[in-house]
Amino acid sequence: MKTGILVIAEQLRGKLTDTTFEMLGIGREIATVLELPLHAVLLGKGSASLFSQLGAADSVFVLDGASLEMPTADAIAASITNLLNKKPATLILIPGTNIFLGVGPILSGRTEMPFVNFCKDLQIKDHAAILTCQLFGGKIFADIRLPENRGIVSIYPGSFSPEPGRSGRVPPVETIEVGREETKVTFKRFIEPEAGDVNITQQDVLVAVGRGIQSQDNLHLAEELATALGGAVCASRPVIDQGWLPLSRQVGKSGMIVKPKLYLALGISGAPEHTEGMKGAQLIISINTDPKAPIFNVSHYGVCQDVLEILPLLTEELKTQKVRG
Amino acid sequence: MNIITCLKMVPDVVEELEVGPDGKSLDTQWLRLRLSEPDEHALEQSLLLKEKHGGKVTVLAFEAPELEEALFTALAKGADRAIKFTGDFSGLGGPVAAQILSSFLRSNPQLLTADTLILTGSQAIDDLEGELSPCLAEKLGFPFIGVVTGIEFDPERKKAVVLKEFAGGLRGEFEVPIPAVLGIQAAEKPPRYVPVAKVRSAMKSMKIEPREVPRPDSLGRLPVEQLYKPEVAGMAEMIEGSPSEIAGRLVEILSKRALA
Ligand SMILES: Cc1cc2nc3c(=O)[nH]c(=O)nc-3n(C[C@H](O)[C@H](O)[C@H](O)COP(=O)(O)OP(=O)(O)OC[C@H]3O[C@@H](n4cnc5c(N)ncnc54)[C@H](O)[C@@H]3O)c2cc1C
Ligand SMILES: Nc1ncnc2c1ncn2[C@@H]1O[C@H](COP(=O)(O)O)[C@@H](O)[C@H]1O
Repeated sequence: MKTGILVIAEQLRGKLTDTTFEMLGIGREIATVLELPLHAVLLGKGSASLFSQLGAADSVFVLDGASLEMPTADAIAASITNLLNKKPATLILIPGTNIFLGVGPILSGRTEMPFVNFCKDLQIKDHAAILTCQLFGGKIFADIRLPENRGIVSIYPGSFSPEPGRSGRVPPVETIEVGREETKVTFKRFIEPEAGDVNITQQDVLVAVGRGIQSQDNLHLAEELATALGGAVCASRPVIDQGWLPLSRQVGKSGMIVKPKLYLALGISGAPEHTEGMKGAQLIISINTDPKAPIFNVSHYGVCQDVLEILPLLTEELKTQKVRG
Repeated sequence: MNIITCLKMVPDVVEELEVGPDGKSLDTQWLRLRLSEPDEHALEQSLLLKEKHGGKVTVLAFEAPELEEALFTALAKGADRAIKFTGDFSGLGGPVAAQILSSFLRSNPQLLTADTLILTGSQAIDDLEGELSPCLAEKLGFPFIGVVTGIEFDPERKKAVVLKEFAGGLRGEFEVPIPAVLGIQAAEKPPRYVPVAKVRSAMKSMKIEPREVPRPDSLGRLPVEQLYKPEVAGMAEMIEGSPSEIAGRLVEILSKRALA
């Protein structure tokens, strides 16, 4: 049986995620070089409207028996393991998202295919798949050569353009019975994000603070700057986890995706889970004492200084500027 | 409740990281380690559960530089026991660590009771081969759920109702039968602070229990071709000068774009 490359499509509340199209785009590229077929996998029946968007794949496998509503990691892994018995694959791309966290290691244990996490680039060199993974909060990259190009790869969201993965072509579909898998964890309900006092996704200007702001007592410095700029304050995860700002102000993987005209990153290291939420901003200016902070890799302007020192000066300067007109 | 918390030391990324002479691993000479951040939350969540439902918190860790201090800090915060696996574990991958932990737990039935809850951090920054928690759950035959930010334990029904984070602030509520393995992303409250004096007194009055474990045949690591620092794309234009010159220059940039 001819093996292929599988892209496991991800949907949230009936909508395919961008990561799905990113995986299809890069999957198509790899499949062409390796001369292998590319298949997309839809977990669960009743997703007819979804499969027609997966035309970048040669065909779509719809797994009957798998649950479409928020499946758990072991349930997803079980469905894919069963699929592999019928449709062997060498390379499996899965999304590196919170929904899929845990799927890779479980699937790897059950299939003995190696699992690779945090993949941000995939290239074929001399017929070998070379994966680039980002580790240590984006400070170090690791290149991995997959033996026999065989493995399960978790694709970090935002690593590839989703555009090449979108296609108007309607792909052939095959429904595959994978059996209803017993899972002990049951999904109960979604809990909507609390409506915050400000909707940070609607702001033109965001002043973002990270752990470098050091204490809650310093937050007013950011508030004052935001006021001077007519924007709002948002934050990285540690600031939210400390309870200094509400969850509705979090930017990143678990928080909000923002695309303001201006994003000022103050004392934020630039871990991939944070940049995932802000790298689409039109202008990014970062202040960080660490000249090697990964945030500078996604910024237009950088300042290597103590944010507590620059902040009041910047606010002051903006106010004087306004007075001068 | 019988709460087991797995702790792991990771490089402190606020420091400069250097690649070692082999080009495939970090240079450990100047490496400063700290407790993995999600583990601080796993520990906090364990202590909160103990305060609410009673029981014991046992922390488990593999020997690593600077680990002792982290373990004594955990004891000072309220953990009841700290067990350290001794041996050479450099380069140990999550899935193999899970194997060792599960055999240890299986051979210590007093740690694996009907009301056991195993809390780990959700995901570490060096997790190239995949998270330990789902692997541990598989090995023990326990249910698993990760990216957890809240736990409501129901002792009567032997169930936990947990919150899992998705994206955009959206969360899901799941029901998990106990015993279970939960990957904690954030505790319900920020991790508590413990004064150094209390850690010192824990060092005097409490013990870390060593358990020798032979180095596994395979560490289950992926073949790394090379490790390197990402090339700075040269994208950010760095602004230099005195703080007030910098502030002036920034306002200039903003004004040009009608943002100030
Ligand atoms: C599943 C998962 C989901 C996650 N979701 C999110 C998310 O939605 N959003 C998010 O942000 N993170 C998220 N994270 C966490 C993420 O990995 C990082 O830990 C986090 O973004 C780091 O926040 P930080 O940059 O504020 O802190 P740190 O990484 O600690 O960085 C602090 C920075 O401040 C600098 N600094 C210190 N003092 C000063 C000073 N005086 N002046 C200037 N600079 C200073 C330091 O050099 C450092 O670079 C997630 C992680 C996981 C595993
Ligand atoms: N070597 C280890 N020793 C103890 N706990 C570990 C180890 N590796 C992973 N863990 C636990 O598993 C969590 C996830 O880490 P990781 O598997 O590296 O993503 C950590 O936060 C720890 O709680």
